[in-house]
Amino acid sequence: MSTDMQTPVQGRPIAESRGDRIRRVLSSRFASIFALVIAVLWTIPTAGLFISSLRPEDDIRASGWWTVFTDPSFTLDTYNYVLYSDSQGGGLIRNLVNTIVITIPGVLVPVAFAAMAAYALSWIDFKGRNLLYIAIFALQVVPLQMALIPLLSFFSQGLHIGDLAIMPAWNLSGVNTIVQVWIAHSIFGLPLAIFLLHNFMRELPSDVMEAARIDGASHSQIFRKVVLPLVTPAIASIAIFQFLWVWNDFLVGRTFGGGEATRPLTAVLGDMAGTWGFGWTRLPAAAFIAIIVPLVVFLLLQRYFVRGLLAGSVKG
Amino acid sequence: MNISALADRFGLLVIGLVAFLAILLALYGLAELASRRDRSRAVATVFLAPAVIFLLVGLVYPAVRTLVMSLFSGDGTEFVGIDNYKWAFTNPDALQTIANTAAWIVIVPLLSTGIGLVYAVLIDGRRGERTYKALVFLPMGISFVGASIIWKFIYQYKASGEQIGLANQVRTWFGLDPINWLNVSVLNNLLLMVVLIWIEVGFATVVLSAALKGVPTEIIEAARIDGASPSQIFWRVTVPSIRSAIIVVAVTVFIATLKLFDIVRAMTGGHHGTDVLAHNMWDQAFRLGNDGRGATMAVLLFALVVPVVIYQVRNMRRQELEGR
Amino acid sequence: MSKRRIFCLAAAASAIALAAAACGAPDDEGEDRGAVPDDATDCANYEQYGDLEGETVSILGSIRDTEADEMVEAWSYFESCTGATIDYEGSGEFESDMKVRVDGGNAPDIALFPQPGLMANFAADLKPASDEVSKLATEGWTEDWLNYGTIDGTLYAAPNSSNAKSFIWYSPSFFSDNGYEVPTTWDELIELSDTIAADGVMPWCVGFESGGATGWPGTDWIEDIVLREGTDLYDQWVNHEIPFNDPQIVAAIDKAGTILTNEEYIYNGTDTISSTAFQEAAYPILDGGCAMHRQASFYGAMWPADTNVAEDGDVFAFRFPESNEGDNTMLVGGEFVAAFDDSESTEMVRQFLASELYHNARLQTGPWSTARQGVDPANATTPINQFATEILTDPAVTVRFDGSDLMPGEVGASSFWTGMVQWVDGDKTSQQMADDIEASWP
Repeated sequence: MSTDMQTPVQGRPIAESRGDRIRRVLSSRFASIFALVIAVLWTIPTAGLFISSLRPEDDIRASGWWTVFTDPSFTLDTYNYVLYSDSQGGGLIRNLVNTIVITIPGVLVPVAFAAMAAYALSWIDFKGRNLLYIAIFALQVVPLQMALIPLLSFFSQGLHIGDLAIMPAWNLSGVNTIVQVWIAHSIFGLPLAIFLLHNFMRELPSDVMEAARIDGASHSQIFRKVVLPLVTPAIASIAIFQFLWVWNDFLVGRTFGGGEATRPLTAVLGDMAGTWGFGWTRLPAAAFIAIIVPLVVFLLLQRYFVRGLLAGSVKG
Repeated sequence: MNISALADRFGLLVIGLVAFLAILLALYGLAELASRRDRSRAVATVFLAPAVIFLLVGLVYPAVRTLVMSLFSGDGTEFVGIDNYKWAFTNPDALQTIANTAAWIVIVPLLSTGIGLVYAVLIDGRRGERTYKALVFLPMGISFVGASIIWKFIYQYKASGEQIGLANQVRTWFGLDPINWLNVSVLNNLLLMVVLIWIEVGFATVVLSAALKGVPTEIIEAARIDGASPSQIFWRVTVPSIRSAIIVVAVTVFIATLKLFDIVRAMTGGHHGTDVLAHNMWDQAFRLGNDGRGATMAVLLFALVVPVVIYQVRNMRRQELEGR
Repeated sequence: MSKRRIFCLAAAASAIALAAAACGAPDDEGEDRGAVPDDATDCANYEQYGDLEGETVSILGSIRDTEADEMVEAWSYFESCTGATIDYEGSGEFESDMKVRVDGGNAPDIALFPQPGLMANFAADLKPASDEVSKLATEGWTEDWLNYGTIDGTLYAAPNSSNAKSFIWYSPSFFSDNGYEVPTTWDELIELSDTIAADGVMPWCVGFESGGATGWPGTDWIEDIVLREGTDLYDQWVNHEIPFNDPQIVAAIDKAGTILTNEEYIYNGTDTISSTAFQEAAYPILDGGCAMHRQASFYGAMWPADTNVAEDGDVFAFRFPESNEGDNTMLVGGEFVAAFDDSESTEMVRQFLASELYHNARLQTGPWSTARQGVDPANATTPINQFATEILTDPAVTVRFDGSDLMPGEVGASSFWTGMVQWVDGDKTSQQMADDIEASWP
């Protein structure tokens, strides 16, 4: 666009040519439309789910959700059923409780351990530090599906070398198997958490650390009093990431839990439709119950999420 | 849900949290002891021990086991050398799976990042920017299982009668025949990708939009004074200044795409030519009883991420040189 | 989105939850829902199982939702009378859940296998049937059935539910109004189809679409036809003693093609078969759009809620006709009760699940059918299940299990399905389809 290069140098072009103006207005109008289209397109699917969840089940089967605009008909029956029914195809309230009980430690444990590890990897000098960090980074790609069987047999059979039991079998049952779910989630969340926190911690100004050390602070004191307060945004963002992951998990909960009694919300979603898939009309309500909590949390904490993620990894 | 069931679960939660706190305090005490004697190695050990033990048990051992299993037969009893790899690169279904995965890892990160970037630029500074952002960001909080249910209401197909899937309803409005979207090969792959893109664009938008705010306005102003057009500013100023954020987004989406399994599982089950590595790995190992082939698919998955790891390592080296 | 708006969103969501809560727990009602019969509520009938107070037995199966509720109800008196707890878990990912748990050393005490082939994969971890369970199984089921619970000569499992698959659904009133007779041979079936077509109605409704499992209803067609060419041929085919592309099998596929690929026969045309959902495929029978639909007895539960499923009602089923004079065969499906644990409580649950008491009770808690000798088919809650149970408990009927559930997963749950789709779409000939499936046999 060589013509543009010839326009006057003083601030905004004073005498904008007509062509340029049209182009500018057009592009701004185009921009508005494009942004609006994307926003609408992105919202329609979720809106469709929400509307479907409020429709009578027979209607869901018979017509599309958009027909409510011409022929409105709403009910809370499906919500009532999926939340409180005693049937196998409902009673999500118990799964909601399971999900909450699973999620809290499933977020706290890996974030705490990752913070400690990330500190050691970024501010304590020891041999093989970089190698260890790279190894942990690479672990991000191990598909967790392949870890299910070995980890499960670790819990159910313990760890033996020959006849020597290094760790006995856990023999947990019922509700207590949730402990296994906590540990599994912690393990699978660690590599990403360590990676992000490490990125963030390395960026801390070294003179602050130096000063603290000269003042005689030990590593554990520096970690607690200097580093932790400074990396709070990063920790918040990783906690949100991990929260989403644990809440939305489908495999870990059903594998390491003790059956029906401990299943989290997302894991039962797929099973709700019944043996022959005939109860799929309940899925919108069930799915909406499952997604509303992470959505609200996510939207509320969006700012922290971005701040932490960005500050940690932008440089490079 | 009765009271005792609630008490059981929350009781366990409280016990678990107390135990965890005790462990943290114990570790902290140990680290303090080691710090006093100024033993960096010992301190590092205490700080790293929990994470490293977890990772060894839960990820390193399984990864090694997978590598070994990929050299064995389906039931894991017979050593077959590289037969499984030969299968992966000669069997038409396996090749199709690999080809699909290749398409996924190119298209999804590219489109997610691209749309996210354009959208972020377009809404930057616009009135209602936060609402715009939130609307697109929403899907990011939805599970893959939830997303699959949502999109069934888009792709749903009925041979005749009233449509309940939006996409076919739109076709019907235009007088076209409905299509059974998810059974039409090649197209169905793209439609599954759309679901993931729908989820990831929000992530890209939010991260890139924040990065945009970090671009000093003076630079853009200067470019404008120099008479650069909006598109020139975009390509020559904006994109280079947030290059690293773009890379972070692309890499994150890349890894998520590679590991994607749930959408395919829930929507097509990998049939009709829509299988991808992560799903086929699951299918082979857990449904078809071919542990060896499943493990092979997992190893191919690792292999695809190696370039990203190498990139990251080089990046770190460079930072190391620049930083200290 | 502003904080306030998010707050509103959250408030709206909680409001929905609260409103739903205010309605209280919903009642589960359904007209076919029965109750546990009196003799099964009497604790005297459970004395033989002893005192199992405090014991828990876990069961994993693929049965979910209402069906699971009815099953749990049928054993609820076993629990209250013996003091044992049965933890049932219904999984939509049964195959993979089983694999992960068994290999991870965390197998359920009992699993309800819908596929004998899958069960055989776990033979090393299974506990064989005890003498007592074997005795119950032998008095309760015909040899045909027990063969499918037997691995390498050892009996491992007795069946739970059974369903009759060789069923053709039709409208009794449509048949009688037009003077059509229910056909008893293949030739009569084709003759009838021609007559109906000549009268201006499409004789057949067919739908193979079933999400990720699209194509499976087609495999049942082929199985039904091969079975009627001869049970020996069927067994050889399923056990891969003859190749999948054996000329006799290709001929059977061609035979299925005389209906499935016949433009004169198929409602909406053959090109809609692979994309018509099997759950709703037969609905046009109700308004005279087509005359017949081949689907198992469980289809009785899939008709719209106000359909009268009875011999004198809107729809009913007749048996898939025989090809050879004097044959009396039935293709079946069902679950097998296999155990991974040999504790006293698990053993007692196995014995109970193989007993007449349980099968009779289950028959009355909801729509269900069984092959257990000694039950009274009249106890079934619906006419179609009564019909199915009558056939299934008739020792004179030769029974063969659904072949695709016996073949290896690569075939029975994969290439056979896709092959059927490609064949019915006209993309492959019978020979090509059979060749491709044979090539995929591991």
